Parts: sequence; C-alpha cells; structure tokens
Amino acid sequence: MFDIDLWREIFQSINKNRTRSLLSGFTVAFAILLFTILFGIANGLQNTFAEAFVDDATNSIFINSGKTTQAHKGLQSGRWIRFKNEDFDYIKEEFGNKVEFITARLYRNAQASFRNEQGNYNLRAVHPDHQFLEKTIIKEGRYINQNDIQNRTKVVVIGRLVDEDLFVKTTALGKYINLSGIQYKVVGVFTDDGGDNEERLIYMPISTAQHIYGNNDYIDQINLTYNPEMNYDEALSFGHLITKKMKERFSVARDDQRAIRVRNMAEGTKAVGQMTFGLSVIILVIGFGTLMAGIVGVSNIMIFIVKERTKEIGIRKALGASPRSIVSIILIESILITAIAGYVGLLLGVGVLELVGPDLKAYFIKDPGVSNSLVIGATVTLILAGAIAGYLPAKKASKIKPIVALRND
Amino acid sequence: MLKINQLHKSYPIGDSSLHVLKGIDLKVEEGEMVAIMGSSGSGKSTLLNIIGMLDEADSGDYILDGLPIKNLTEKKAAIYRNKFLGFIFQSFNLINYKNALENVALPLYYQGMKRKERQEKALFHLGKVGLADWADHLPKELSGGQNQRVAIARALAANPKLLLADEPTGALDTTTSYEIMAFIQQLNDEGKTILMVTHEEDIANMCKRIVRLRDGVIMEDKKVEQVRAEQYV
Repeated sequence: MFDIDLWREIFQSINKNRTRSLLSGFTVAFAILLFTILFGIANGLQNTFAEAFVDDATNSIFINSGKTTQAHKGLQSGRWIRFKNEDFDYIKEEFGNKVEFITARLYRNAQASFRNEQGNYNLRAVHPDHQFLEKTIIKEGRYINQNDIQNRTKVVVIGRLVDEDLFVKTTALGKYINLSGIQYKVVGVFTDDGGDNEERLIYMPISTAQHIYGNNDYIDQINLTYNPEMNYDEALSFGHLITKKMKERFSVARDDQRAIRVRNMAEGTKAVGQMTFGLSVIILVIGFGTLMAGIVGVSNIMIFIVKERTKEIGIRKALGASPRSIVSIILIESILITAIAGYVGLLLGVGVLELVGPDLKAYFIKDPGVSNSLVIGATVTLILAGAIAGYLPAKKASKIKPIVALRND
Repeated sequence: MLKINQLHKSYPIGDSSLHVLKGIDLKVEEGEMVAIMGSSGSGKSTLLNIIGMLDEADSGDYILDGLPIKNLTEKKAAIYRNKFLGFIFQSFNLINYKNALENVALPLYYQGMKRKERQEKALFHLGKVGLADWADHLPKELSGGQNQRVAIARALAANPKLLLADEPTGALDTTTSYEIMAFIQQLNDEGKTILMVTHEEDIANMCKRIVRLRDGVIMEDKKVEQVRAEQYV
C-alpha cells in the first residue's frame, strides 16, 4: 500500500537530519565504489590473462621437426628430419577419433601485389581444418576447402590488413592477386582476434603451395587439436604417444629433444587454469572483504541512528504511533538511503573505471569493468544488511515503553 | 471518567525491588482539574505514567471512560493513547526537526487524518494557544513558554478526553508558568478533564482538587478553592 504521508514523514526526516543521512549514505556509497573499482581491476587482469592465452584453440598440439642430435639405429646425428604428406596421413589414420582437427603447415614468404600496390607477407599453406585451429573468422567469401586441396587450385584467403593494404579502391573478393609472379584468385577475407600480425597473413591450399614451391610434398609443421572430451591427463599422455610414435617412425633416439618436437597446449592450459582460479579467489576475497566492511559500517550507523532517535520514538509512541509504524519509518528511511547511496557509488565506480580504464592497459589491466548484475547484487546485499541491522534495534526501540524513551534526555 | 482501584507498582533495583505505588484508589470525574502532589519519590510521576498508558501497573484495576486498561497490546495501547489522552511534558518533547504546525499535526497523522484536514486543524489549535503566526518555526526558534504552548496545542489536537500534564511548568519561569496555567485553566473551563503532576504549591492551588502522595499511598485528597492564574499575568 502506498502511503504518501509515510513517505512524506521519511523524506522530511532524511532532509532535516542531513548530516546523519549524508554520513550513512557516504559509508554505503564508498563501500560500493571500492567494490566496483577493485572488482573492475581484478576483472581487467583476468581479461588480459584470457586474451593472452585463449586466442587459439587451447587443445592444440604442434609437431615440428629439426636436426637429430644423437646417432641412433646406425644413423648419424645431424640428420634433417622433414615431414611429408604421408606423415600427415599417418597421424590422421593412426590416432583416428582422438584427433579433432588436423592440418599441415608450410611457411613461405611472398611478395604480393595488386595493380600498383604491393607488400611482403607471410604465407601459410594449410588444410581446411586450419580455420578451426587458428579460430580464423571469415569476414567475406570462404576459407580453403577440400576441393582446393584436391585440385591444387590457385586461390588464397587474405587477412583483413592485407586487404586494406592492397585493395585500396576496390574489394578484394574475386580479384586476382599476384604472388611472386603467379596470379591467385582471392576467395576469402578473414579477421583474427590474435592481433595485427595474424591479420597480415595469406592462406593458400597446401597442395598448391607444395606444387609451386619445389614440386614436392614437404610439410613444415603439423598442427592438430585433440578430442576436447579428453581430460588433462589423457591429453598429456596423448601428446607423449604422438612423440613416441613419430620418433619411432623417423628412427630418432627417445631422448633426442630436437629432431621431433611436440608442443602440447594442455601443459599450459593447466597452468592458465590454475592462475585464473587463483585470480578468481583473490577477486572473491576482495569483493567479500569490501562488502563485509560495508555491512559493518551500515550496521553501526543503523544502531547509532536508532539510539539517536530513541526520544523521538518515545514522543511518537506517546502520541499514538503503533510499533509497526515506528519500525517501518526507520527501516524504509535506511533502505532508501542505502539504495540511493549504493546507486551513487555504483555510478562513481563505473565512471572511474571508464575514465582510467584505457590508461591501465600498460599495467596488464584490460577493459576493467563489472557486470551490472554483480554490483546490483552487492548493493542489494548492503541494503539487506542495513535492513537487518536496522530492523533489530528498530524493533527493540518500538517496544521500549514510551516513558523509558522519554526519560532518556 | 477515571477509576483506579488498589493499584500497585514496583521497580526492580538490582536484586531487590522498589515498591513505588502501594495500593492507590482514585476516582476522577469528568471536568475535574486535579493536581497530584508529593515529594520526589512519592510515586506521583509513576501514577501519571500508568494513567497515561506509558507504563503498566503490576496489579490493580484501571478503568478509563468505562474501558478497562489492562494487558494491552502495544498496538491497542497506541490507539487508546491517541484517542483518549493528550500529554504535556516538563521538557515539552517536541520533535526538533519538525516545525510547530507539524508537531501539532503529528497525533492527527497517527489518527489517519488527511493531510489538508490535519493542517487546518493543527493551525486552528495553534491559533488557540496564540501561536498561529509561529506555525513554521522550529522548536529551537521558540521560547520555553512558546514551546509548551505548542505542546499544549498538540495535546489538544486529537481532542482527547483526558489531558495529562507532567510538571508542565517545571522548566519555566514564574511569569511564563502562570501564562501556561491560565491556558490550562481555560481548557478546563471549556470542559476538559485535566490531571497534573506538580510539586509547586502555587501551581497546585490553581487546580480544583489536590491529591497528595507520600511513599506510594494517598495521604490527602481534598477539593480546593481554585486560584485563577489570569490575575498574575
């Protein structure tokens, strides 16, 4: 029931006891302000962290080859190991459904030109699965497909920045780009969250590149992602299994660290997971701490307010106020102040984060911010705490015999 | 109007208890103006507080206007206080952040009266005590006598059957005291029943009946020739 007179009483009480209202409001606003800023900064740290580690698929395994460092099975050390298409096929068949996506990679450099514009770019020749491994986002057109691989079509997919560099006045899609003297059709333009370098790349079908650059079937690197249903330990042993099989296949000594190198992201994932977990715990502790401080502050103020108003309560009771009206007038006043002050604190906190947020990037804090639901949750918690903290003394005060309250000069 | 039978009240003091009222019998008719006198500790304020439902008796009967006042819930006590009783205190007990008009209107608010009606009525009662021009002043901007007049207006606003005054002139100088007493006598002339605690002989003599308490019992209960306060103002 909306009782305009009750609200009038409350607003008058807030307005006429300004010091008291401001003081209690300040405590709440400050608690929420601190909460917002600390939480925002912690979130910023976590964002930096997430960005640094999860651009590419986190279940990736990279297989590289190098020179042997030990003689083994009658073969000399210093032998070059080079992967070929058959090795790629071997892994694909040997490990079956343990592999989610797999691609070979061939690295080249290309002088690219279109009309009068030209530039030097890294070229990656890949299989279609590469798109998912690298989390490449197709902006226009399409990615390399199986048909390209089979027919060795002369097509490329270019990064957003390549597009901007070379295709100044026209769109790239469907045009022919010149790479070291050969024309390739641009079938797609992509973007990538991994930063500028990742967008300054040109992808082409691996079979095309093998044909053009040396007419062989060499591969520089094999990348794959393991089945995401594998847990951490399974993923680790899967990485070890690949290492073992590949070393056997190329007659490399077991403890030769150079010839076959397998980098398993699962190893890092666990560390990242632990760090993120640690960070979340710190965030939680900070949030909980500020909130507790706020709750204690609000409770103190409520007890003080009720004490201060004891005489007024006595007068009101002598004039015929029911205990209920006493409790409601005190509680609603405190809830109102807490809510408004909480909102002010929230606005200030978000404002501060917006203001200094961009400057904090140098300190590994990216996009510091808090979700609205979180801060509103914190404010509601404070309001509830204030209400509970106020309710008990208010209830007690409403039960005091008026004569006791009035004697309290 | 008011009937009290064998009223007892004691307060716990540490382990023992202090027997303040030891069987009070009192009957007050409508339109009376009674002074309750006694030295401090005689139990006069306790008696007034019980009559005012600000405190509760341990045993005995108290009937106000035909209604037995016993084992009241807080809510019921609040309603009765609001309906039947008007209070005047020694220290005025005005709410310091409310102006004179708002203070007078407060009991009407608790009666659930509409705001406009409330203010009209409050202003009327302020006018009766001669403070209509001071309606928007805060208690701290008024003199002691003016504050007590505001308190009287507040006590009258709810049109109570019984007016209770606890040392109404205790905080005032003699001249102002007589002014206040003149008001109270005027109210009595208009038919209000008034019960007043005082320890001043001259104030008591301005009532129509004096009840003397000592050590929790009524020693003397006599009608007196009322001294009019106007002549001293």
